[in-house]
Amino acid sequence: MLIIEDDVEAALFLQKALKESGHSADVAHDGDDGLVIARDCCHDVLIVDRMLPKQDGLSLVKTLRAEGVRTPVLFLSALGAVDDRVKGLKAGGDDYLTKPYAFTELLARIESLVRRTEPVETQTRYQVGDLILDRLAHRVTRAGGAVVLQPREYRLLEYMMRNAGQVVTRTMLLENVWDYHFDPQTNVIDVHVSRLRGKIDKGFDRPLLHTVRGAGYMLRDGAV
Amino acid sequence: MPEARSGGLARLLGTTAFRITALVVAAFVLTAAIVVGALFWQTNSLLTAQVLRSVSIERQSLIDVAQAGGTLALVETVAGRSGAPNAGGALLLLLDAAGTKLSGNLLVWPSEIGIRGQGGTFTYAATRPAVGIPALLPDGSLLLVARDLTDQSALIDRIRRLFLVGFGLLSLTGLVGGLIASRLMLTRITQITDTGATIMAGDLSRRIPLSGSDDEFDHLAVNLNAMLERIEQLVAAMREVSDNIAHDLKTPLSRLRSRAEAARRDPAGAAAHADGLARVIDDADAIIQTFNALLLIARLEAGAVDNSAEIFDLNQLLGDVADLYEPVADEAGQHLTLMPSGPVFISANKQLIGQAIANLIDNAIKYGMPPASREGEITVGLNVSTSAIRIVVGDRGLGIPVADRTRVARRFVRLDRSRTKPGTGLGLSLVAAVARLHAGTMQLEDNAPGLRVVLVLPSSLKRTREGE
Repeated sequence: MLIIEDDVEAALFLQKALKESGHSADVAHDGDDGLVIARDCCHDVLIVDRMLPKQDGLSLVKTLRAEGVRTPVLFLSALGAVDDRVKGLKAGGDDYLTKPYAFTELLARIESLVRRTEPVETQTRYQVGDLILDRLAHRVTRAGGAVVLQPREYRLLEYMMRNAGQVVTRTMLLENVWDYHFDPQTNVIDVHVSRLRGKIDKGFDRPLLHTVRGAGYMLRDGAV
Repeated sequence: MPEARSGGLARLLGTTAFRITALVVAAFVLTAAIVVGALFWQTNSLLTAQVLRSVSIERQSLIDVAQAGGTLALVETVAGRSGAPNAGGALLLLLDAAGTKLSGNLLVWPSEIGIRGQGGTFTYAATRPAVGIPALLPDGSLLLVARDLTDQSALIDRIRRLFLVGFGLLSLTGLVGGLIASRLMLTRITQITDTGATIMAGDLSRRIPLSGSDDEFDHLAVNLNAMLERIEQLVAAMREVSDNIAHDLKTPLSRLRSRAEAARRDPAGAAAHADGLARVIDDADAIIQTFNALLLIARLEAGAVDNSAEIFDLNQLLGDVADLYEPVADEAGQHLTLMPSGPVFISANKQLIGQAIANLIDNAIKYGMPPASREGEITVGLNVSTSAIRIVVGDRGLGIPVADRTRVARRFVRLDRSRTKPGTGLGLSLVAAVARLHAGTMQLEDNAPGLRVVLVLPSSLKRTREGE
């Protein structure tokens, strides 16, 4: 991946943290360099700060998109208000994260972006262990037995199965399952997840829906 | 205080009101002078033309006499017609070819009049004005027929004086009027300026006095006073906010600091450190949450969220948010009921309205539990009339006493009984800010029992359907 961030220390921290998580990252410190490097090489994800010297993040991404570069972009910005987010996504960004952020949140989003480049949308059936979600029949089974879900729970599970084996954060769930980009004040998501857990894991020895402390949740066959 | 007075006069003369008056007076006097001057000139030339005509007729009759009876007859006629020179009377002079006076009441041939010319005005007897036409007779003698103009010029002089005095009076009245008007205005303006100066010196409670005449100055003063009122409120609010920030952000910050310190001192080592760090991160997250809410409110109050309106079904959004919170309410022992309503499409900032609804429901869940009961009831509904769109969230809790209702919408205000529960103290202020951004209001009502919060949006946000 490529980190385009003018704050040297923040970029170094991010590079180091990504390396520890098994990702290699290049760093560019201004908009012009970032554009040159992003054009030249093949990164999985671009992490772009909104406010950059020489050329700001928005115009950088607009330029890349106009040139046909489709690499997923995650905007990092201290500008967090709703309209800034919308501007970021309109410019061609795929995700938007407000500073200060939790690294686990960033990592989960990057990994989700990397996976998005794979053609998951065409999949009609997801499977994690003995849990199966059939998108055509709109049906969920665990070990052969039907699991009855509310529409919202179904969408929650579908999103988690699409990202199976990956950490999904509470904000990711709120944004992708509910399409809300605001602060819910309470642990609303936790309650929804625990209800879902009650329906898919209750009565089974092997839990599939795990809580990842300090980060979010993960659907996976086996321990986290 | 002569010095002060002259300073005051200089100030008066320098005022815009006086300058405008002076300009108007000058323009008026100039125009009047042009009109009167033209009239004057016209009258004068008309009078002169009349005199010239009669002079010309007399001259012709004398020439006729000379032709009929010769020089001698002329000398007699001239002598007969010329009495002593008097005002308005005829003036005659007949000279022979050698230039010797033969007859007439003029003493000398005036230098202004040529021998052959058309004639014109001249002065005789040192000062008296006259107009005359010469005639050169066939025998070489010279005749001058003229008329005294003393009367006419006296009339002209009188008219001229009258006009000068009139103009003088006019200018004087205009300027004095201008001075008085300027003085009146200056007094009022000085009041405003003085108030402004006092306010700038730090006394924000000062207001501009009204004259009670309901004139434009009073209107200005009322508006300025309203502006000052708003500024005073904002400054007071700002002061309160900074006090509250100091309190509500310092508290979690010092808690974070002591957690970090405690973890470092903990003899249990690495495990305790990891645990302490996790807590520190939680504290930091809470602080960031408070901070984000503060920033959002500040941006909303500055009206900075622009171009973000979209058209959506408010009823759908209300249902979605209620759906999101339903399990949470359930866990808290509260029953969340959504009052059914048809689709209501509005053009607004969907995320902000969603946040506001979420805050209201969240508040109802946290603080709306009926006292001495384990079960609560929260109703969420939408009420659309021709004048307004009302989003209503009601609970069965303790409610908010009337006296506290305006206070709770302010930042960080938390009623004492809710201090122990989690929350940033910004929930309702954010709702109020979202309402204001959409030109609406937030109302707190008695739900008998409990609290009912109404987010009132103007019906101008309504759209007939999606995509309009």
